[in-house]
Amino acid sequence: MVERGRYRPVVWVLFVVATLAAVVVCLSLGSVRVPLPDAAREVGRFLTGRPAFDKTVWSIVVTVRFPRVLVAGLMGASLSVSGCAMQGLLKNPLADGTTLGISSGAGLGAVIAIAFGIQIPALPFAGTTIMAAAFSFLSLLVILTLAYQIDRSLSSNTIILLGIIFSMFIASLSSIIITFAGEKAGTILFWTMGSLASTTFANAALLFFSLLVFGGILLSMRRELNAFAIGEENALHVGVDVKRTKLLVLISVSALTGICVSVGGTIGFVGLVTPHMVRYLVGPNHLRLMPAVLFGGAIFLMLSDLAARTLFSPRELPIGVVTSLIGAVIFVNIIVAAMRKVK
Amino acid sequence: MSGMLDISGVTVRYGDLVLVDDVRFSVEEGEWLMICGPNGAGKSTLVSAIAQSAPYTGEVLFEGEPLRQMRPRQIARRIGVLAQSNVALYAFTVGEVVRLGRYAHRAGFFGGRGGRRGDPEPGGPGYDDEAVVREAIERTGLVPCERQSILTLSGGELQRTFLAQVFAQDPRVLILDEPTNHLDLPHQKQTFELISEWLRQPGKAVVSVTHDLNLVKAYGSRVLLMNRAHIVAGGAPDEALSPENLQSVYGMDVHAWMQKLLSHWS
Repeated sequence: MVERGRYRPVVWVLFVVATLAAVVVCLSLGSVRVPLPDAAREVGRFLTGRPAFDKTVWSIVVTVRFPRVLVAGLMGASLSVSGCAMQGLLKNPLADGTTLGISSGAGLGAVIAIAFGIQIPALPFAGTTIMAAAFSFLSLLVILTLAYQIDRSLSSNTIILLGIIFSMFIASLSSIIITFAGEKAGTILFWTMGSLASTTFANAALLFFSLLVFGGILLSMRRELNAFAIGEENALHVGVDVKRTKLLVLISVSALTGICVSVGGTIGFVGLVTPHMVRYLVGPNHLRLMPAVLFGGAIFLMLSDLAARTLFSPRELPIGVVTSLIGAVIFVNIIVAAMRKVK
Repeated sequence: MSGMLDISGVTVRYGDLVLVDDVRFSVEEGEWLMICGPNGAGKSTLVSAIAQSAPYTGEVLFEGEPLRQMRPRQIARRIGVLAQSNVALYAFTVGEVVRLGRYAHRAGFFGGRGGRRGDPEPGGPGYDDEAVVREAIERTGLVPCERQSILTLSGGELQRTFLAQVFAQDPRVLILDEPTNHLDLPHQKQTFELISEWLRQPGKAVVSVTHDLNLVKAYGSRVLLMNRAHIVAGGAPDEALSPENLQSVYGMDVHAWMQKLLSHWS
């Protein structure tokens, strides 16, 4: 098969093994080191509905680390698959889930929630999450309405320009609020840099369902994304319903990004850099690239989170800082390697 | 009018500007219709409208059915387009780009193969995607670079890749917008020969915008001469490209210019 030029089935086995290995390592390492077999045993008991074997190990591994590792993995997968879809759709290697400005909108929701102490009566800790999710949805509505007003064909340039303008506008609103936020400014700043501390199984479940629905939609559009990545005009000529594809991809990416931001704050670089890393391994064909990116993103964010909580333990780094640091270095390496390859 | 493709009263506006004004003509099976005229005459806009990628008023009928009401996949099974140039960004292989031509023949939203293997009847219910792709790659001589990244191709090879894609798409009408504009002479010749060979299959037609009047005369079965959004002459190449018509459209003695150019070769 020609299409499998750079593809080997063993790559998939490696992706699965690497993902599972990352999960186990992340469960085992931390401020308290738990031996791998002990961590695996407690998680095994948890998954099969049995009680704890060792209560201390259980509370570290199952209660604290497992939801956090799950959230990191699911969030990494969501952000990366979003970034990959946007890079294909817009035929732009610098695009990701934040290009449309949705994450800035979600960020503003969170900033308002923290600054004004907004809480939801039934869910006392979820005020920030719910405000962020609501604002990401509002942002999508605003951006799509504006885009349709300006350019009914939703051209790539319109989308990118609107995203930039919208993000800047929202950033200035956030800055105004932060200026007057007083002692809450620190909390806001930490949140905007992203953190997966105190994430719960409920967060993981929310991410899982959003990935199932919206990630599923994106994965079902792999052929269309291939056509867009070759060229939008070409996509139209080979029979792709260009408008419908754009709308579905933009809505799905916005939903995924909005939910991720609402759970873990703004985590940069994941959606941008993972697709490039994975494209380097499996090639640009979205039929392979999109599923591979799910694994790649999960591994990248789980390991980044591990670094965030262990490098300067007991002090924890904001995960967004870690992803940007690691991402930038890897990104430069990929670009250099890719350029050498072309030459 | 009842050709394979009927264009009736097609008008394209851009704001107050009329780019194509009430154009009507039809295209018959087996015909290579050449559209010529000076820059800004509206040729490219007209073919974009026929390919349903530019908004227009009027009607474009394919075998009596309005293309406007068809879904993108249905249109792509009837009309194929080879654009002037394509810019590659990601390292797709030649094979992957060609295979995308089968998109419109694949089933439904969730993809899946368009047909079973080994059915000998092209276009029939068991239409074999892979065989069509293979044939398109072989026909265009791309077998040696099938696994090559499109980022490493020359302009000519890239254009041939997209020609193979449109062959794999297997449309009834092939629309070309100055397909050999930036190609050297051997590639120009090769492209025109490949298209002319493709046209020999039953039930096909070609509509192309071509600047080079030599190519128009050599390959065209009929010519439409456009100027300022209108068709000013139409018919067999010799008839439509008469010295008077060319003089009025291009504002110069084209015949004398061609003779002068040719005299340098003697």
